[in-house]
Amino acid sequence: MLRLWRRHPNVIIGAAMLAIAVIAAVAAPWLGTVDPQMIAPFNRLETPGAEFWFGGDLVGRDVYSRTVYGARVSLAVGLGVAIGGILFGLIVGLLSGFVRWVDQVLMRVMDGLMAIPSILLAVALISLTGASLQNVIIAISIAEVPRVARLVRSVVLSLKEQPYVEAAITSGTPFVLILLRHVLPNTLAPLLVQGTYIFASAVLTEAILSFIGAGTPPSTPSWGNIIAEGRTVFSIAPHIVLFPGLALSFTVLGVNLLGDGLRDIFDPRYVSRT
Amino acid sequence: MLGFAIRRLLATIPVMGIVAIIVFSLLYLTPGDPAAVLAGEQATAEDIERLRITLGLDQPYLVRFGQWIGGVLQGDLGTSIFSRRPVMELIVQRLEPTVALTLASLIIAVAIAIPLGVVAAWRSGGIIDRMAMSLAVLGFSVPVFVLSYLLIALVSVKLQLLPVQGYVPIAYGIGPFARHLILPAVSLGIINAALIARITRTTMLEVLNQDYIRAARAKGLSVRRVLIRHALKNAAVPIVTVIGISFALLISGVVVTETVFNIPGLGRLTVDAILRRDYPVIQGVILVFSATYVVVNLLVDLSYGLFDPRIKY
Repeated sequence: MLRLWRRHPNVIIGAAMLAIAVIAAVAAPWLGTVDPQMIAPFNRLETPGAEFWFGGDLVGRDVYSRTVYGARVSLAVGLGVAIGGILFGLIVGLLSGFVRWVDQVLMRVMDGLMAIPSILLAVALISLTGASLQNVIIAISIAEVPRVARLVRSVVLSLKEQPYVEAAITSGTPFVLILLRHVLPNTLAPLLVQGTYIFASAVLTEAILSFIGAGTPPSTPSWGNIIAEGRTVFSIAPHIVLFPGLALSFTVLGVNLLGDGLRDIFDPRYVSRT
Repeated sequence: MLGFAIRRLLATIPVMGIVAIIVFSLLYLTPGDPAAVLAGEQATAEDIERLRITLGLDQPYLVRFGQWIGGVLQGDLGTSIFSRRPVMELIVQRLEPTVALTLASLIIAVAIAIPLGVVAAWRSGGIIDRMAMSLAVLGFSVPVFVLSYLLIALVSVKLQLLPVQGYVPIAYGIGPFARHLILPAVSLGIINAALIARITRTTMLEVLNQDYIRAARAKGLSVRRVLIRHALKNAAVPIVTVIGISFALLISGVVVTETVFNIPGLGRLTVDAILRRDYPVIQGVILVFSATYVVVNLLVDLSYGLFDPRIKY
């Protein structure tokens, strides 16, 4: 642990920051919060102070409680998209890597998907399916699939050239065993690193979608929609925007540091992050 | 060169074709009845039926796609459900602010990122390097709208130096135009600088380790000349590539920044279209943005020869 701290402090700092966000999300009801949807017109635009740590919003809801509860949406989206994106990307990537005619078709589709800015793709999907947490996760996952698929495909293609994999194939090892023994273990490390970046970018994308009104519905507090609601009164009550904004930046920074640290551990030469 | 350009241009056709198929097919692939979702909750059965006919959901997929793509090729992106005006016309009206914001942000991003990355690589491990790279990680993590609000709070509300929001067309004078553009362009520029600065540093580090750099220094050339003429020029290809990739980031940034600063550009058009569930407009904007992205990356590919004469087409 001490050695990890000395050589890769980013991993520890990032993990600690992420842990704080996870604790906020899980323990939200016990962190001195009140009902985040409770309207109290008397506390409208209350400034931050002893009673309202982060102040009150346009209809007097407690910004602190809303921000703490907002962690739930962001982390759920981050985790959901990281898992969904990797799972679908893995399937597409493996298919492309092993089946040549499928490769041609799938990679052209992936090229097309990559050419569509991910926010806009998500926006189009959500406008057709309606805004809900589940649809937000699916929409952002679809936008992330091409990157994972390309990564997995490149791992598979380079593995197929390796003598030990060639040997396994020629000696008639069942395909499933080759997959489990050689391919999946080799994709694990890059996918873990990629997973943290997907997590971070999904949290940001959810916030942006909610901010422009195409994300989490207003009935659930999320950092993006708290900021969107505070937007109109920003010059008189900046706290409604700033606190969830800080929470958002803090969480994404933590995940990015964790990802950078993991990348340095697994592959010191790996420099590209796009 | 010309042969390569033509071949590369032809290669973008299938990509754009697939983008068009994806954007068009979403209407058909989404579960449930898109006409009902787009019509909204208060819609009557007739409203939904009318929308279904407007969107062509009552006709076979291939027939509809043929008509739509035929129109797109002639510059007809369909008609807005909300304003009943041609989508192309709406897009053209909103083009100027978005182009101005995108170009200004790109210039600011490059102007910050490249010197920062070069100095960070030259003095790698030093204090400037550490600060630059911390800033880069921060740039990845702070969402553009949070940075925008921080800048508004500081520069516009507290110091009252620049307007809080709005846009003035360039035709109304360069002064007001620039004053309104500075904050949004700086916010977006800083966020995009992060990625470019990081790649610049990494590539420069590799180049600076080469023998010819040592030789250039040994024959007495100044540090500045070696860094810019010898090192940066050789590091240009990956840097230009990442600028092309970062263009996608810039596009989503534009959508958000226009909302924060109330700029009547394509981003606002998109957001308004989402709120009104105006699918033909969303479709059109996605197509235009994606085409721009593909063209920018085409130009990036073609520019390689300028930086590296070893690349022959």
